[in-house]
Amino acid sequence: MKIDGIPSGCAISGIMSEEGRRIDGSVIIKSIACMHDRSNGLGGGFAAYGIYPKRKDQYAFHMMYDNIESKEATEEFFKDAFNVDKDEPIPTFRENGISNPPILWRYFLEVPENRLKFITERDYVMKTVMKINSEIEGAFVASSGKDMGAFKGVGYPEDIGKFYKLEDYSAYIWTAHGRFPTNTPGWWGGAHPFTLLDWSVVHNGEISSYGINKRYLEMFGYRLELRTDTEVIAYLFDLLVRRHKFSTDRAIMALATPFWKDIDRMEPEQKKIAIAIRQVYGSTLLNGPFSIIIGHSNGMIGLNDRIKLRPMTAARKDDMLYMASEESAIREIAPDLDEVWSPKAGTAVIGALRDVE
Amino acid sequence: MRIDAKGMHYRPLNKIIREAAASGEKEFELDNIGGQRYIGTGLNDSIKITINGTPGNDLGAFMNGPKIIVNANAQDGIANTMNAGEIVIHGSVGDIIGYGMRGGKLYIKGDAGYRVGIHMKEYKKQVPVIIAGGTAGDFFGEYMAGGIMILLGMNGKAPLVGDYVGTGMHGGVIYIRGKVDPYHIGKEVSCLELGEEDMKLIGAYLKEYCELFGFDFNEVMGGKFTKLVPLSLRPYGSMYVY
Repeated sequence: MKIDGIPSGCAISGIMSEEGRRIDGSVIIKSIACMHDRSNGLGGGFAAYGIYPKRKDQYAFHMMYDNIESKEATEEFFKDAFNVDKDEPIPTFRENGISNPPILWRYFLEVPENRLKFITERDYVMKTVMKINSEIEGAFVASSGKDMGAFKGVGYPEDIGKFYKLEDYSAYIWTAHGRFPTNTPGWWGGAHPFTLLDWSVVHNGEISSYGINKRYLEMFGYRLELRTDTEVIAYLFDLLVRRHKFSTDRAIMALATPFWKDIDRMEPEQKKIAIAIRQVYGSTLLNGPFSIIIGHSNGMIGLNDRIKLRPMTAARKDDMLYMASEESAIREIAPDLDEVWSPKAGTAVIGALRDVE
Repeated sequence: MRIDAKGMHYRPLNKIIREAAASGEKEFELDNIGGQRYIGTGLNDSIKITINGTPGNDLGAFMNGPKIIVNANAQDGIANTMNAGEIVIHGSVGDIIGYGMRGGKLYIKGDAGYRVGIHMKEYKKQVPVIIAGGTAGDFFGEYMAGGIMILLGMNGKAPLVGDYVGTGMHGGVIYIRGKVDPYHIGKEVSCLELGEEDMKLIGAYLKEYCELFGFDFNEVMGGKFTKLVPLSLRPYGSMYVY
């Protein structure tokens, strides 16, 4: 299909109730659908937080399988590695043109006590995710967090949203992505969001530092198997914030590091921190154009590359925070806003649940 | 002609406008606009389009004559390579506006994003003009080759303009109402005080601008402006020359 003009690549949208109010999935579908022309049908996906309140203490694994063999191999592995409390097919609506989906199954898992003698629970879960993605042929983890899930695949995002019946889920954070792949293949596992534990990332742009970031992450036990640059962002947040205990601000400073010319002009204390981060965490710097929305259990973070090579608009209305590639995608679901702004390059927009320490 | 564009894709919308304009329609009012791209793009007719809602990217691209009024914020790529006409935005705008613009006017009430007026150009009487009432991001007038840009900073926000103002600039002129830290200015630009000729030139445009948006003309003109012009018409003339 030829379209007149050259539509630009990828759309992202995120909505969050900082009060923790849950909103059904039809809202985010409406927002991302408004930017239909930014995608080309080769990928769409959503991350949702707060969707499994009755099982909020269990790890919800959303799985994609190429075939029944990969499903069986994974389930054998799960039986050994976890207590499987429940498993079921992920409900889908099959009459809307989404073709050749993999087997989509979800599991609610608990980590057996005796597995945690030498490792924290979340490190344990992270390792199992890496193991499945890299060692079980045809099995991929779409998401592995608590009380959250990723719903993604090959198609336009609004079709993927209907395919997964997102109107039946309620979440206090929704992020969405419409894909226009340029450098890497459009396949089910390669659709956004990319996730690990409760981290999720939707991304417009390309990470040209992928090779450096990948090699650095591999030193910490991450295995990058999804054939797409965006994967590194999810793992970098996991490494910096969860494992190295960075505050969000410090993590942002490591990923979208200030330029040396700007560091030279900083106050002494700030300058010391910025130099230390550039020296120690130089390999976490994300180079190349990006606008991203990170989701996690307690909030949502929007970030642009340091010279704003991709678009992002943010807005607030009452307890709601919105971010999207285009303002029209926000107005589509919230015509009257208290505040609308274009975030500055390399400066994060941070949404946080109010009653969380 | 009044069009309710609720849920309408840009292609049928722009087709209606193109065909009606070709058969003599002069005025269009578009309601419930929500992200439709390319409105006014490539149109030659002397028509007026009023937009209620947030128009999509590339508003008025390659436009050659029409007048567009937007009663909201607008997005990226406005007036891309525009040749003639007028675009009035009663709000703020996104990035890369006026890219390669070669004629006409783009008046913005609020802020402008990154990369405003990159590689704007002029030829004889074809002199494009961009005025923004608020602030602007990095790369304001980067590689500018002609035309006039005026940035007013009327909303008092700081910084007035981002980094790399006029980097690679080799034609045209930028007027900024306020002080610009030399740190933010590109190496190819010199900073001058305004003369009488300058005040006359910007006064003519700003009178029109202030009437459109209800700013106080005397207050605007009473500000202290900085004028930026290129140091050289061929800043990279000796690059790659051996």
